[in-house]
This record gives sequence, C-alpha cells and structure tokens, in this order.
Amino acid sequence: MGERTILHSDINACYASIELLHRPELRGRPVAVGGDPQARHGIVLTADYVAKRRGVKTGMALWQARQVCPDITFVPPRMDLYLRFSKMAHEIYSEYTDRQEPYGIDESWLDVTDSATIKGDGLRIATEISRRMKAELGITVSIGVSFNKIFAKLGSDYKKPDAITTMYADEFQSKAWSLPVGDLLYVGRSTERKLRSIGIATIGELARCEECILRAKFGKMGSILWAFANGFDDSPVRIENTAAPIKSVGNSTTSPRDLETDEDVKIVLYVLAESVAARLRENGFRCRTVEIWLRDKNLVSFTRQKKVDNATNITKEIAEAGYALYKANYKLPADQSEKAASDDSRFQKPLRSIGIRGSDLVNDNYWEQLDLFSDPMLREKQKKMDAAVDSIRGRFGFYSIRRGLMFGDTVLSAVNAKEDHTVHPHGYFTP
Amino acid sequence: MKSYKVYVDVTARFSKDGRLIPISFLWKDGHVYEIQRITDVCRAASLKAGGVGIRYTCIIDGKQSHLYYEDNNLWFVEGKAGA
Repeated sequence: MGERTILHSDINACYASIELLHRPELRGRPVAVGGDPQARHGIVLTADYVAKRRGVKTGMALWQARQVCPDITFVPPRMDLYLRFSKMAHEIYSEYTDRQEPYGIDESWLDVTDSATIKGDGLRIATEISRRMKAELGITVSIGVSFNKIFAKLGSDYKKPDAITTMYADEFQSKAWSLPVGDLLYVGRSTERKLRSIGIATIGELARCEECILRAKFGKMGSILWAFANGFDDSPVRIENTAAPIKSVGNSTTSPRDLETDEDVKIVLYVLAESVAARLRENGFRCRTVEIWLRDKNLVSFTRQKKVDNATNITKEIAEAGYALYKANYKLPADQSEKAASDDSRFQKPLRSIGIRGSDLVNDNYWEQLDLFSDPMLREKQKKMDAAVDSIRGRFGFYSIRRGLMFGDTVLSAVNAKEDHTVHPHGYFTP
Repeated sequence: MKSYKVYVDVTARFSKDGRLIPISFLWKDGHVYEIQRITDVCRAASLKAGGVGIRYTCIIDGKQSHLYYEDNNLWFVEGKAGA
C-alpha cells in the first residue's frame, strides 16, 4: 500500500460557533452552550474562545463557569440544529471523498488518497474545505493532514482555531514527538499518570520506549499506544454512509404518579417511544438496540437492553421492544383489578421513573435483512403510518393525533417527554 | 452598520428543471420588491444576519442584495438597523 493521505477535520467549539453564527449580538462575548439557564442547573457542553480564555472548561457546572467568568451568557443547546450542521459539513466532505468516518458530531476522518489526481494534494484539499466551511456554513475548522488517522487527529488538535497542520511521515518526529503524551488518542488521565510514573511524558518518549515494557504494564493497549506513537496505525477510514454521527437517542421521565401496573408502564413507555422514534426519523437514523431504564419509588434503578432484528425507527417496534424488556425484567400487576385482588408481596415496587433509548445507530442507507418469518409489507405500512403521523403533528401539533392507548390514563399520557440530549461520540475501536 | 435578520414572504417559481427562483418579496412596510435579476446562487453563511442557506444574489431596484433560503424553509434578508 502506498502512503495514504488522511485528513481529520474538527469543527472549532462546534455548538458555541453555531450558536454565535445565529446570534450575532453575542459575538465577542463569553458564551457557553449547556444546561438549562432558567432552571440554573446543568453543565457546560461547549464554551466559545472568549470564555475558554477566561478559564471556562467543557464539563464545568454552570455555577462554576459563572464563578470564573461572571459576565458569561449561557444558551440552551439546540441539538437538532447542530445535527443539521453536521449533515451539511458531511455534504461538503463528500465532494472530496466517499471515505469519511464521523467521530462524534463535530469531527470526521477523510481518506482523500484517491482524490489527489483530481482535487490536489492533502494540504490543498484541506485548504479548500476550510475555506468552504467558512463561506458556506460560517464556522471554522481545524484540519490535520497526515498518513494515518492518529496523526491526522493529533494535527487537528495541534493548533486551534481555524488552522491546518500537516503531520507527514518526515515531519511527525519533529512535530508530534515533543507533545505531551496525554495528547495522544486513548491516553486519558489515568493512563497518562501511569506513563509518567515510568518516566514517559511525551509522545516521543512513548515511541522510543521498548514495546515489551509497555505491553507488560498495559497489556494489549500498551502495544497499541506504542504503535500509535510510532505512526504504525494503519486502520482504514471506513467507507461511511451508514454510521450515524451520534450514538444514541433517548428520553426519560418521572411520571406524575407512581406506575403501579403494566398498563401504566405501557402508556408511559409508548409516550416516550413516540418521541424517541420521531427524533430518529427526523434525523434520518435507525437504531439496532433498544434500552430501557427503570427506577422504582425507592430510587433503585437499572437498565436492560436488547438487539432488534432489523434496524428500526418505527414507533411500534421500539415501544414493543421496550415493553418486552420491561416484562422480562420487572413484575407489576397487569391492571388495577389484579392489583386490588392480590397481595402486594407478589410484585416488585411501583416505578417512579422510566426511560427508553435507541442506540447503536445507523443512518437511512443501512441495509435491511429480509427473512421468511417477518413481514416486510407490514413494516412498510408501519413506516408510512409513522410518516403520516409525523406530518399531521407537524401541521396541527403533537396532540392532534394520538394512540387509543393514551386515553386509558390522560394524566400519565400527558407527561412531558423530557428531551435527553446526551451525545456520545463513538469509540475508536468500535467494529 | 449593524445588520439583523428579517424573515420575509417570498413569491417564487419552480422551473420545470426543478430550480427554485424567487420573483419578489414583501418587506415589512408592505412594499413588494421585484427581483430584476439573479446573478449568483450558492450555499453561504450570513455572518451579518446570522444564518445559513442558499444565497441568491439579487439585483433589486438596480442595487445588489442577498436573499437567503434557510434550511428550515424560511426566507430571510439582511436588514439594516433602523430600516
């Protein structure tokens, strides 16, 4: 294999940049995206560069951020807007290569090796992408240009914001090896501390260390890190038109009264599943795993998950998978009459909170495995039905069309499916 | 001069090859501005007004201005403060 050209593009302070683009009046002032400023809780998801200079860091509680930077403005996150931007960024990348692999919502690896004859070398493509992101999306990116993914990522972190850094084979020893070892992908705080304890503080020192020493101390991961530091990473940029840029979409709620029967649980699970499935559809994702989270009235909680046969964003399938998980793992009376007729000790405690989540996401291009026992025509009908419901709700509001089930208990079905916008980037080693 | 985002009602035409071409827009004072010519169409960000979309560079009353079709399907122009 000849030398590859890999870019890693990272949108600078992604959420904050997108918010600042839409709120010109806040530019030049310290701004952080995160939490719920009205409810005065939550954490900083991203801070803009003004706030960062003043010491605001991602992950700080809002009150901590306010302490280091009293005039900071908090804006609530708008995940759908950021996903739209992520999609537009991918459209730009896709003009340069079909090999692009998202790493979270704001980062992507691009393998442009085969585009060189048409679009120019890596640096030239990086310059063009950077210019277009500014002109067309109004945001800046940092791009690393290298011969493997690890050094490309290191390059994009090397200088920020709005910068392009090359890490070619003849350069990485001078540029990357002097960096602290913690900058390397997969060297977290704990690994960094352990490495420092054996006298390894920079990436260069890691590279020059004997592999067997690292292997003895860290196991398989030691060899991997050693290979990363020496530029031996040859993992491919996957031909990505199936991975979703985020890991999961979920909703949870604490119900207005404790859930005492299967019927109660079913109503709330369906309400939550409707909003999860609708958000999956809205963003063009499907999930391959359904996960539920249950918390009883003594605040003891647990989660259970299962794979679904086919990647799905059909409300009914997600809700049914969630309900099946609940039935397999928890025991409550079927309905009020059974509750009245039987002894409480036969059942587990009533539930206070419940959540459902679709994870292991893929996008709409993902294939569907047909088999003899499922009914693809029925699935097709259900998809159409969901699309019709989405469209009716888009025009006339959420409550304009509802499932008959919801009228079983109008108090429970009116719960506000609180949106839980946790975004988890993918791990580097996911299959 | 400070600019801000003004959403406007637009009359537009779909050509038979699928292009969307704005013909006129209604300003907030009730005046309808006819678009005499479109000199450029591209995706662009408006840093002045704050938004992203398909930018139509239009000639209106002999002057050049930008009309944006945002990805949320709304049209906006860059209004000047006080205008």
